[in-house]
Amino acid sequence: MGKQVPVAEGVFTWPSDEPRLIGSKCTDCGNVMFPTQSGCPKCSGQTTETVELGRTGTLWTWTVQGYPPKSPPYAGDASPKTFEPFGVGYVELPGEVKVETRLTVSDPEHIEIGMEMELTFVPLYTNDDGDEVVTFAFAPTAS
Amino acid sequence: MTTDDVAIVGIGMHPFGRHEGVSGMDMGVSAVRTACADAGVEWSDIQFAFGGSAAAGNPDTMVSKLGLTGLQFINVVNGCATGGSALFSAYNSIKSGMFDLGIAIGFDKHERGAFRVNTRSSGLGDWYGESGMALTTQFFGMKINRYMHEYGISNDSLARVSEKAFRNGSKNENAWRRKPLSMDEVKESAMLSYPLTQYMFCSPGEGGVALILARADQAHKYTDTPVYLKSAVVRSRRFGSFEVMAPSVALEHNAGPTVDASAAAFEMAGIGPEDIDVAQLQDTESGAEIMHMAENGFCEHGEQEHMLAMGETEIGGRLPVNTDGGCLANGEPIGASGLRQVYENVLQLRGDAGERQVPNNPKTAYTHVYGAPGISGVTILAK
Repeated sequence: MGKQVPVAEGVFTWPSDEPRLIGSKCTDCGNVMFPTQSGCPKCSGQTTETVELGRTGTLWTWTVQGYPPKSPPYAGDASPKTFEPFGVGYVELPGEVKVETRLTVSDPEHIEIGMEMELTFVPLYTNDDGDEVVTFAFAPTAS
Repeated sequence: MTTDDVAIVGIGMHPFGRHEGVSGMDMGVSAVRTACADAGVEWSDIQFAFGGSAAAGNPDTMVSKLGLTGLQFINVVNGCATGGSALFSAYNSIKSGMFDLGIAIGFDKHERGAFRVNTRSSGLGDWYGESGMALTTQFFGMKINRYMHEYGISNDSLARVSEKAFRNGSKNENAWRRKPLSMDEVKESAMLSYPLTQYMFCSPGEGGVALILARADQAHKYTDTPVYLKSAVVRSRRFGSFEVMAPSVALEHNAGPTVDASAAAFEMAGIGPEDIDVAQLQDTESGAEIMHMAENGFCEHGEQEHMLAMGETEIGGRLPVNTDGGCLANGEPIGASGLRQVYENVLQLRGDAGERQVPNNPKTAYTHVYGAPGISGVTILAK
């Protein structure tokens, strides 16, 4: 039985009991970006600091990926026979930024703009070492 | 007409669609030859060329088939605004007084299915594509979903745009998809990216277009029906706009590059949206046409619902939009797509659009392209 590993280093904190997305904050104007980057698109500032983003927010917009993405680049199940549609959206993190993310829900009947969301993780695929590769996702907040 | 104006004096197109065994480059060559014949010039008369292709080779190599005349030939690669950028460059090369006669060329040939995005060349980490987010279709689904929520646009309006596109495409001998589809057929096709179905999306495709430009005061040497290019503008995104391939979006809102390009183009042409007789607007999917009607200044946000229901954007309506069937019926060969729109407008202003001719002698025409990574190109034509 393999362990869980992140899809990439530096995108979210890992391992962690309460993982967070890793972004940048402009040291000149305070603009928050995701993922990390070295310059600021708002004020053209040239220095940023790494910050951990909030774990909860509201759904700003969404769609459902209804057909298998081309692979590559997609690393998850792209087989037309077994592909399962997945939700994608932008979650507005208060005072920070709107992040694009997979959603744990994919039924349009259960997705609504403005709903409360929180950060979690979903499995993507099993790598050659037998490890389960995971990426970040947002889930509706349990009420 | 002023002395520094620029005229389009020749147009050529290789039909759009799928053409087994014909390279994208050969479609470009075919379009160039047709455009030269239309203007009554030889390839050796052309002083300069700007050529664009995203996936079908370096355009300047086509001179080995067209003739090695030594002309200045510059390749243009600028995402979905490739054709618009070639035209912008050609326009300014004449307007500057540097040249008298030149050509803008665009062609492409893409693999089947949705665009395969190279995340690295887009400045994104591999994790973005691996995680299943590097799909342009998702952006369009998310943008129109938010827009419908904010402005009360219905699913019927999405279907109505597609129905119009395929009906117009059925009257265009160069279109890819020429079979009319009902609103129900559009709505009931496969859901690709909620709320957008298969027939609400255009497909990457193949095709080629060439446009010959001349100094306006020499235009009548080449044609009895010159069409004047009153403005050609390309704009990139500003902070706060919501664009394709964006892992994050700022909290503050900016209206985006289409609004900027449109305003600049109208100012350059000295006319307003109410003066336009026919418009070709980027319709990557049916929702895009709806949003772009407002972003280009032709209506207020939300008004589209009523305009579509009343048929105002039909060929016989108040503001005909995408008279050749748009991207939906023609597909999107990236390098050629923006020039296709201009080609259609030249036909309409010449009165040569046949079955799909806009009535009452249109005098002004507008084109708009939008695409990755947040770029818009607008032209305004007049006769």
